[in-house]
Amino acid sequence: MSESTHVLQATGVVKRFGGLTAVNKVDFSMEKGRIFSIIGPNGAGKTTFFNTISGLYKPEEGRILFEGRAIQGLPPEKITLRHIARTFQNIRLFGGMTVLENILVGAYTRLSQTAIDTVLRTRRFKEEEARAEKRAEELMAYVGLRNVGNELASSLPYGGQRRVEIARALASEPTLLLLDEPTAGMNPAESEDAMHLFRRIRDELGITILLIEHDMKVVMSISERISVMDHGEKIAEGSPREIASNPSVIEAYLGRGATGGIGAGSAAHVDKLAKEDAS
Amino acid sequence: MKPTLRERLGVLLAFCNKGRNPYWLTGGLIILGFVLVYLSPRSIPAFLLFVGGSSLAYFLEMKKPARLAFAVLVAIVLVPILGARNIFYLEVIFQIAVFSALALGLNIVVGFSGLLNFGYMAFYAVGAYLWGFFGSQQPFLLHEIPGTAPPGTPFFLAPDWFYLFIFLGIIVAAIVGLILGLPVLRVRGDYLAVITLAFGEIVRQLLNNLDKPLNLTNGPQGISPIQKPTLTPEVVAFFNQIFEPLVGRPVTANQFYNILFYLIAVAVVIFVIIITFRLDDSRIGRAWTAIREDELAASAMGIPANKLKLGAFAVGASFAGAMGVLFAASRTFISPESFTFLASVNVLTMVILGGIGSIPGVIVGAVVVTILNLQVLQSISLWLAQLRQSDAFIPIINFHWKDLSNQLDPSKYQRLVFGIILVLMMIYRPAGILPAGRRQRELEHVDSVIDDEVDSSIAPGAASSSGAVSKGKEDDHV
Repeated sequence: MSESTHVLQATGVVKRFGGLTAVNKVDFSMEKGRIFSIIGPNGAGKTTFFNTISGLYKPEEGRILFEGRAIQGLPPEKITLRHIARTFQNIRLFGGMTVLENILVGAYTRLSQTAIDTVLRTRRFKEEEARAEKRAEELMAYVGLRNVGNELASSLPYGGQRRVEIARALASEPTLLLLDEPTAGMNPAESEDAMHLFRRIRDELGITILLIEHDMKVVMSISERISVMDHGEKIAEGSPREIASNPSVIEAYLGRGATGGIGAGSAAHVDKLAKEDAS
Repeated sequence: MKPTLRERLGVLLAFCNKGRNPYWLTGGLIILGFVLVYLSPRSIPAFLLFVGGSSLAYFLEMKKPARLAFAVLVAIVLVPILGARNIFYLEVIFQIAVFSALALGLNIVVGFSGLLNFGYMAFYAVGAYLWGFFGSQQPFLLHEIPGTAPPGTPFFLAPDWFYLFIFLGIIVAAIVGLILGLPVLRVRGDYLAVITLAFGEIVRQLLNNLDKPLNLTNGPQGISPIQKPTLTPEVVAFFNQIFEPLVGRPVTANQFYNILFYLIAVAVVIFVIIITFRLDDSRIGRAWTAIREDELAASAMGIPANKLKLGAFAVGASFAGAMGVLFAASRTFISPESFTFLASVNVLTMVILGGIGSIPGVIVGAVVVTILNLQVLQSISLWLAQLRQSDAFIPIINFHWKDLSNQLDPSKYQRLVFGIILVLMMIYRPAGILPAGRRQRELEHVDSVIDDEVDSSIAPGAASSSGAVSKGKEDDHV
């Protein structure tokens, strides 16, 4: 376990809201190039933990290291500069801007034009804008958006908006992508496409992905490693197979005394996966 | 079915844009308006025709050089001629220019960045008092009783420092904008509105009360006289040489000052328009809009929201600062009276009426409000006054016009008229006269790598799963 392979490491992260401890002493580390999931029942503190990583919240205690450097407590714009990008649980696009503009906003940190370049319309400005626009179009194509560059982001259907959000995040050239329930509200076919896209982002662009997900089918099939949170604490971590059969996970999801449940259902699914892997 | 009004307008617009029609229409209306104003200098319809014709140069489709040629013809030749014949028009257009710049500045703060500002006139006051102080005798009167000046007190600076002070006005107002911005960054929405409102009043009260212990502002009496830049007789003579036959009489140096200030105001406005357009279409402008749309998401995209908000405040303030300097010089007198809360609301009205966030819209707002203020309402007052003096009466109810109450003078209920207009606008056209649209770009078609069946589900209008789109941000727990 050398430093370099662990792209993100959190130790003893605590986030409180008044008397409520939303994230309690979470230790966590993930390797580069993995697809890692955090699951847990509603209110388990997954999104809070996410927001702590991406800088929207400052943790009260603990350290978060990204590529070996501490990032806890940095404001979100500084975190983006370090090449971490995110999407939101309830899509937060800039609805009054076009799809292309949304993606260009995502590229904000990667543009170097100054106010003077802007006012004087220097060659540097024009070249950079042209480059950024071209890149944005490539990203739109990459996530599977076609002919919608000039549409208002709010006019796109749900699945399209999710894709714009991912393209916008990719525009900031991340090495770590945080996806907060990216398939929520999607039908099975759309989830399937989304998972395909996530795998491509990891395989082709070499981006490490950390996602929060509710859909067990998605989680079990896409993740290489899973952390389970409940009541603000990490209660388990392991491969999908280990998680599916972990008694404390089953208890967290179904309550004390439950047997079988997701364990039974998902174990069958995981078995199927294992067979696929083997073949 | 009968064609709707919108369809009829569409047909009309198509006709106007066909072939060479735009050039003929624009040129024709400008010249017709010019001739009518020339012949009957007091006619408002003629003036509106002239202004309307000139604006066609923007709204109809024509080549860029033609647009520029029309603009130059109107701004540099026709308006000065009309203005020299009737100073009143020059005053109207000067005010339109001043308020356009103010509205464009406020639009950066309110329209682009979505930061409500009720104290915008404070920045205008900063510019005005900057030149008001240094361009008058005030620096030598610091220990005098307000309102008194020993005879023979010299002016502090030579009049031509005025030109430098336009730039200083930009810088100083921008700095004041930053200073206001710093505490304001902590608050949002309604709270921001209250703070800016308070800021505007604080500045006005400072101007009112800074006549003690050192007489900096001369208190409520205001500063006067303020110098104008020097005007050499040669320039006036040159103007007369060319334009005297058209104006009909030689223009005096005093009258020429109005033309000079008008030209400076137009130059500043053009500068402001170019900067605004360029900022809007850049990383900075996109970041402003992103902050307006969703500040949290914007900062998650790496946008330093506080820095950009400060920038918006500074840029918006700087436009007002430059115009403030111009205002002080053109009036030669300034007092805190000019920078009231209502004056700030007036500029805000222009922005909202014209189209919040829309550059042409905001200018249209400034034109409409200024003409309404200076011309339409005043002329209705004049007309009522004439009726009052006549023996005319309304027959059936036997109402004699001379009994008409003075209270019905439109200039007395200007605010009511604005109130009604704003309410109607908010109901029927909330985005303004010329609403802001997003810039459409020429896009090359980069082929998607994903299968076609996927694409069909995300094409706009495909209803596949749009019902599930989360509504609003209220229920958002990030």
